Amino acid sequence: MSINWFKYSSPQAFYPLAGKMIPWFALLATIFAIAGLYISFAVAPTDFQQGEAYRIIFVHVPAAWMSMVIYIVMAGWAALGLALNARLSAMMAQALAPTGAIFTLLALVTGSLWGKPMWGAWWVWDARLTSELILLFLYLGFIALQASIDDPRRADRAGALLALVGVVNVPIIYFSVKWWNTLHQGSSINMGAAPKMAATMLMGMLLMALAFWMYTVVVALMRVRCIMLERERASDWVKALSVSAGEKS
Amino acid sequence: MAIKARHKRFILIAIGLALLGLAAMLILNAFQSNMVFFYTPTQVDKGEVPHGTGFRIGGLVVKDSLKRQDDGLTVHFAITDTAKTVPVVYKGVLPDLFKEGKGVVAQGKVGADGIFVASEVLAKHDENYMPPEAAEALKRAQEQGKTVVMPK
Repeated sequence: MSINWFKYSSPQAFYPLAGKMIPWFALLATIFAIAGLYISFAVAPTDFQQGEAYRIIFVHVPAAWMSMVIYIVMAGWAALGLALNARLSAMMAQALAPTGAIFTLLALVTGSLWGKPMWGAWWVWDARLTSELILLFLYLGFIALQASIDDPRRADRAGALLALVGVVNVPIIYFSVKWWNTLHQGSSINMGAAPKMAATMLMGMLLMALAFWMYTVVVALMRVRCIMLERERASDWVKALSVSAGEKS
Repeated sequence: MAIKARHKRFILIAIGLALLGLAAMLILNAFQSNMVFFYTPTQVDKGEVPHGTGFRIGGLVVKDSLKRQDDGLTVHFAITDTAKTVPVVYKGVLPDLFKEGKGVVAQGKVGADGIFVASEVLAKHDENYMPPEAAEALKRAQEQGKTVVMPK
């Protein structure tokens, strides 16, 4: 049996599917967040040099990861929309941008709160911090550019180009601590090497990252449903939806 | 067989991204020397640092080099990259993580006497996180010349 995936590339078919997926991902996000917070704050040991203050890592690192992952996914959707002329792909890119921007801001703010007591500075212009700030500007630029063009097709194209150009910044953020000497420490988790943190600490961080990921899916699906209704408000299926909703109430 | 329009657009996007990546690489390469947050004591020794203006030195605080003056605020210490060492004087409060043998980044200028006068001292910590007992065990093992695996 093969599933026809292209069926769900039409907003009409995807709208109810997204509605069915939301509660499941919300449930997963809740479970991961409860487990992650419990391990992070009740199980994980104190750090040998930073004491209890290191625990901000359980929010900071997952937020920073998500800020980069969401950007890549968003640019991927934008590229698909550009190449296939698919309406839904562009809507997905648009739906992801605000969440990406929020995680970027969260990573910057928690990093700042962590930097002051540990490094002795709220902010420094090293390569890691600067490139993450540029990521925030890319998200905000994408949102602003799309909002400033009235014709949705042209807005999608312009946004997609900006999103694709900005993709170069993601490997720069990730490898900045390797390529240049920075005040920000290197990665604790590397491919092909043992993680440089105790197992329970790592567990807490990964669970929090999963919780953030599931949360992202939930809010992106909710947002894309709104975008679909707004953009397709003149189409028959949206009209039928509002009629049936009116009959129920 | 003619290429489909959407395949053509995919190829164009891929080529565009590849060119963009190449351009970014070349630019970053050209700015390589400006992208560093700090210079190492070896670079200071070779004179590869900006002259006349301030810059940052990064490295480890030399063990047993930290001396406090009688005023309680001025501190003397040395920064090393294990090859060269630069003496530093700083008047102010040191960050909590400032420790001998640990990472540090100091901003300032080299004075006439060759001592680096710092206006700001930042602690640079590493990417290792573990409970104090594990750190203790690692330290003991290192002193005995043994290597241990990271405790779970």
